[in-house]
Amino acid sequence: MIKVCFFADLRERLGCADMLVEHFSGENIAQLKDFIVKQHPQWEKIFLEKKLLIAVNHAMANNNSAIVAGDEVAFFPPVTGG
Amino acid sequence: MSNSVRVQTEDFDLNKEYNHLRAAHYPCGAVVLFSGLVRDFLPPQQLISLELEHYPGMTEAMLQQLSTAATARWKLLGTTIIHRTGKLLPGDQIVLVGVSSAHRTDAFEAAQFIMDTLKTSAPFWKKETLKQYPGSAPESYWVAAKDSDEQLAQRW
Repeated sequence: MIKVCFFADLRERLGCADMLVEHFSGENIAQLKDFIVKQHPQWEKIFLEKKLLIAVNHAMANNNSAIVAGDEVAFFPPVTGG
Repeated sequence: MSNSVRVQTEDFDLNKEYNHLRAAHYPCGAVVLFSGLVRDFLPPQQLISLELEHYPGMTEAMLQQLSTAATARWKLLGTTIIHRTGKLLPGDQIVLVGVSSAHRTDAFEAAQFIMDTLKTSAPFWKKETLKQYPGSAPESYWVAAKDSDEQLAQRW
C-alpha cells in the first residue's frame, strides 16, 4: 500500500487531498502514475503536466524514483513560499 | 552551533530572534536577518489576504536541509528559519531567515542562499484572495511560480 498526497492547486483540481493505493505491483513513480490514471482516467491530463513535482518520503523525487509498499508519495505544483 | 527551524501560524519577533542569534555564541561578529512580508503591488489595495498551504513533515525536513547545507558551505555560528502558514494579511511577516557568523560576508551570503533556495524548494504554496470590481465577490487564485526565482536559486 502506498499513501499518495496532493497539494495546493493540484489538490483542488483533482478534488482529492490524499488516497491509499492498494494492489500496486510496480516499482517506480512512472508506474504509480499509470496505475492511478487507470483508476481515475479523468486525471490523466493533469498527471502528464511537465511542471508536476514529486516527493517520496518527504524528499524530492522524479518519475524514475523507486518506491516500495509503505512509502508516502506526494504530487504538487511548483512551490511559491517565502 | 544553534540551528532552529520553525513552521508556525503565529507571528515572530525580530528582536527576540536577533538577540537569540547574537547571544548563542557571544561574541559573534555579524548577524544578518531577512524578513519577507506579504506585499500588495499593482493595483494598490487589491489583495485582501493570503493563504499559505504547506506539506507538514516535508517542509520541516527541507528547511533543516537548507540550514545544514548553509552550515557546511559557510562558517556560521547559528541559523534560524521561521516560515508562517495559514491566513496572512498585507504587511504581515511571512518568513524569517537569520544567520550569525564571525564575519559579515559569510552571514550575508548564507542568508541569501537559504532564502533563494527556500523559494524554489520548500513545499509552501500561496493562494491570494483579491478584490474584484465594486459590487462583485472577492476571488482566490493560486500564485504561479516565477522563472526569476528559479534563476536566483540556480546561482548557488
